[in-house]
Amino acid sequence: MPSVEILSRIQFAFTIAFHYIYPPLSIGLGLCLVIMEGLYLRTGLALYKDITRYWIKIFALIFGIGVATGIVMEFEFGTNWATYSHYVGDIFGSALAAEGIFAFAMESAFLGVLLFGWNRVHKGVHFFSTCMVALGSIFSALWIVIANSWQQTPTGYRIEGHDLQARAVVTDFWEMVFNPSSVDRFSHVIIGSFLAGSFLVMSVAAWYVLKNRFTKHAQAMFKVGLGVAVIAALMQLFTGHRSAHYVSKYQPAKLAAMEGHYDSSAVAPMYIVGWVDNKNEKTTGIKIPGGLSFLTHGSFSAPVEGLRATPKADRPSAVNFVFQMYHLMITIGMILIGLTLLAVFFLWRKKLFNQRWLMIIFAWAVLLPQIANQVGWYAAEVGRQPWVVYKLLRTSDALSRKVTADQVMFSLILFTLVYMLLFTLFIYLLTRKIQHGPDVSENAEIEYDGYYHDNITYHPTKL
Amino acid sequence: METILGLDLPTWWFLVIGGLITGYGVLDGFDLGAGALHLFFKKEESRRLVLNAIGPVWDGNEVWLVIAGGALFAGFPLVYGVVLSTFYIPFMLFLVALIFRAISIEFRSKETWLWWRKMWDISYTVSSTGITLLLGLVLGNLIHGLPINKEHEFTGTLLTFFNPYAILIAFTTLSLFMLHGSIYLVMKTENRLYTRLTVIVNNCSKFFILCFILTSMATLIYVPHMTFQFKSHPQLFLLPMLAVLILLNIKRNVDARRYYTAFLYSSIITACLLILFAVGLYPNIVISTTDPAYSISIYAAASSVKSLKIMLLIAAIGTPMVIGYTTFLFWTFRGKVKLNEMSY
Repeated sequence: MPSVEILSRIQFAFTIAFHYIYPPLSIGLGLCLVIMEGLYLRTGLALYKDITRYWIKIFALIFGIGVATGIVMEFEFGTNWATYSHYVGDIFGSALAAEGIFAFAMESAFLGVLLFGWNRVHKGVHFFSTCMVALGSIFSALWIVIANSWQQTPTGYRIEGHDLQARAVVTDFWEMVFNPSSVDRFSHVIIGSFLAGSFLVMSVAAWYVLKNRFTKHAQAMFKVGLGVAVIAALMQLFTGHRSAHYVSKYQPAKLAAMEGHYDSSAVAPMYIVGWVDNKNEKTTGIKIPGGLSFLTHGSFSAPVEGLRATPKADRPSAVNFVFQMYHLMITIGMILIGLTLLAVFFLWRKKLFNQRWLMIIFAWAVLLPQIANQVGWYAAEVGRQPWVVYKLLRTSDALSRKVTADQVMFSLILFTLVYMLLFTLFIYLLTRKIQHGPDVSENAEIEYDGYYHDNITYHPTKL
Repeated sequence: METILGLDLPTWWFLVIGGLITGYGVLDGFDLGAGALHLFFKKEESRRLVLNAIGPVWDGNEVWLVIAGGALFAGFPLVYGVVLSTFYIPFMLFLVALIFRAISIEFRSKETWLWWRKMWDISYTVSSTGITLLLGLVLGNLIHGLPINKEHEFTGTLLTFFNPYAILIAFTTLSLFMLHGSIYLVMKTENRLYTRLTVIVNNCSKFFILCFILTSMATLIYVPHMTFQFKSHPQLFLLPMLAVLILLNIKRNVDARRYYTAFLYSSIITACLLILFAVGLYPNIVISTTDPAYSISIYAAASSVKSLKIMLLIAAIGTPMVIGYTTFLFWTFRGKVKLNEMSY
């Protein structure tokens, strides 16, 4: 049987990757809901009411699974990584406690009003609740990314005790919170979430346009989603660059792995696509010579620290994996910018909703930000191995000492089965909701004048 | 050691975490209890009503568990690691039950097929009951003490957890939550369902009183270390007496059909029992049955003074806010539950 370490890592990776399908969607949808409901309050149009209420229902489904799978994460720190818990509790624990008390409590209380309060509270109070839920989900991302960032770039701490009793204790709270990577990583994560949510909205809308159903509602949804997505996609370029910059400064081995750069100090190219042969320490592919040097130091001839500068035991071993995940994320990021700009262009030319091919792409494009969010984290988390707290605590030392391989195997199988069931049900119910569509109020379609009559309707070909 | 209002910081955190766990017990207690009772209601409309009675609030209630977990992680990281890894299998089952409970509530109403609703009804009751029993089991083992060695490592097996005392505590917890939940439901319903619930409340109160008596006796006989604090501080004997008094008050109010007052008392007794447990433990959190010297005290487990202070400040800012949201939520959904198109 595989070792406890491997099993615990697989279990953590699997449960967090599964969990991470949902929170970005909630965060992104939260923002879209605020905009939709805000438009409803501003214009009073029944159409905006319909789409707001429709997306609230989808939000509830996604949020519910996000919460249920999120609690697993919190407890797994203690069950599988007891040594780690003891080591970082002073710091990580406080961020987690802050997340609970400042973010979750707010989020879930106002969620009750958001889901069930439509006819019970005043419109303004309901809108306020929607804003609070959206804000709460962002706060929770804030605290959890702070906690994770501290592990990547620890500051504001000192080590107490040794060996098994060793632990990091906080010396400066704000230095811990605003550690060198937290702001960049938080903005990168949040904008990635906005992309995930807005692309879901656009995907469903595009599907309705293609099916020629709820076309007015679909167009309104699409425009809300597109507004969020185009700004987010462009901003992601900036936050992505900032993130890469901090990595180059604080985690050079991770950056080197991302670009498959081995020479301990040499001019480094940037690869568009490539393949890393970690055994022979060689990277091949299409590259921009000096590209990485330029990005990190602003000069095409500046040397960049490569993997060989770090002893083998202290650097990631899955270099090709990190390389591929990182490049996939960047490629998708570029595609998202292109797609959203193209859509904005067609919207401006008032031809967006009869571009069948583009609508087909958008119907499927919901997967792109999801994949980018996932693989971006894979690159970030595998790239910092073998450390769980960078340069302080090794993943292999972070385990629960008394948990056995059988126990972890049991829980891993259990979670695999439960999550497979959960995912099937989620997809099934989501599809049902989408097929059912929004409940259309009377007059909703007459009042709305933002409608482009040049819809796909007029070019009827079967899907 | 530094003190605030005469109490040192680890003691403050012991109180904070105790307060959070109590909050969780009082709040999620009633919706877990409602879940455990769910299958006693036969008609579709009744099931929808009792489900929607907790609909807007259950998620907020569960957050107290997340906060309590985070606070334990932050305040006593050593205990967090030891307790969770010791109860590895029970906690994994607990987490899976939490998932099933959440999706049962969420998914049940999504289809009208009979088998679909029945499936989620069963899943809802089983998971709610399971969560309560597992929590009780963990609590019972913590009261009873665990075979913990010098390195704070658990030396028992999975079977160690299933000792009679812990099982009794598990059922006491279940009976308490069922009573608490049934009183909540009776407050939220009307007409025939209300009448049906008044009978259920009566039965639950009898079940709880029985468990309460058994637990009290078993604790006095089998868990002598829980009484040390009481022997050295006789004034603490007021607490168990208070618990008995409250118990009688619940019965009295239930009989008189004053359910709001009864709910208040069933909340207080939840708090009271947890305080009794906390007093018995203090200043330890995990008691070793191998050798009392290996027990983990709050002083050995606490985070640094600085961290405790920061978090005490966070708790001081956050708690009024949380109480504010919670009050707003319960106020918005006050009164008898009615079904509408947004309901589950």
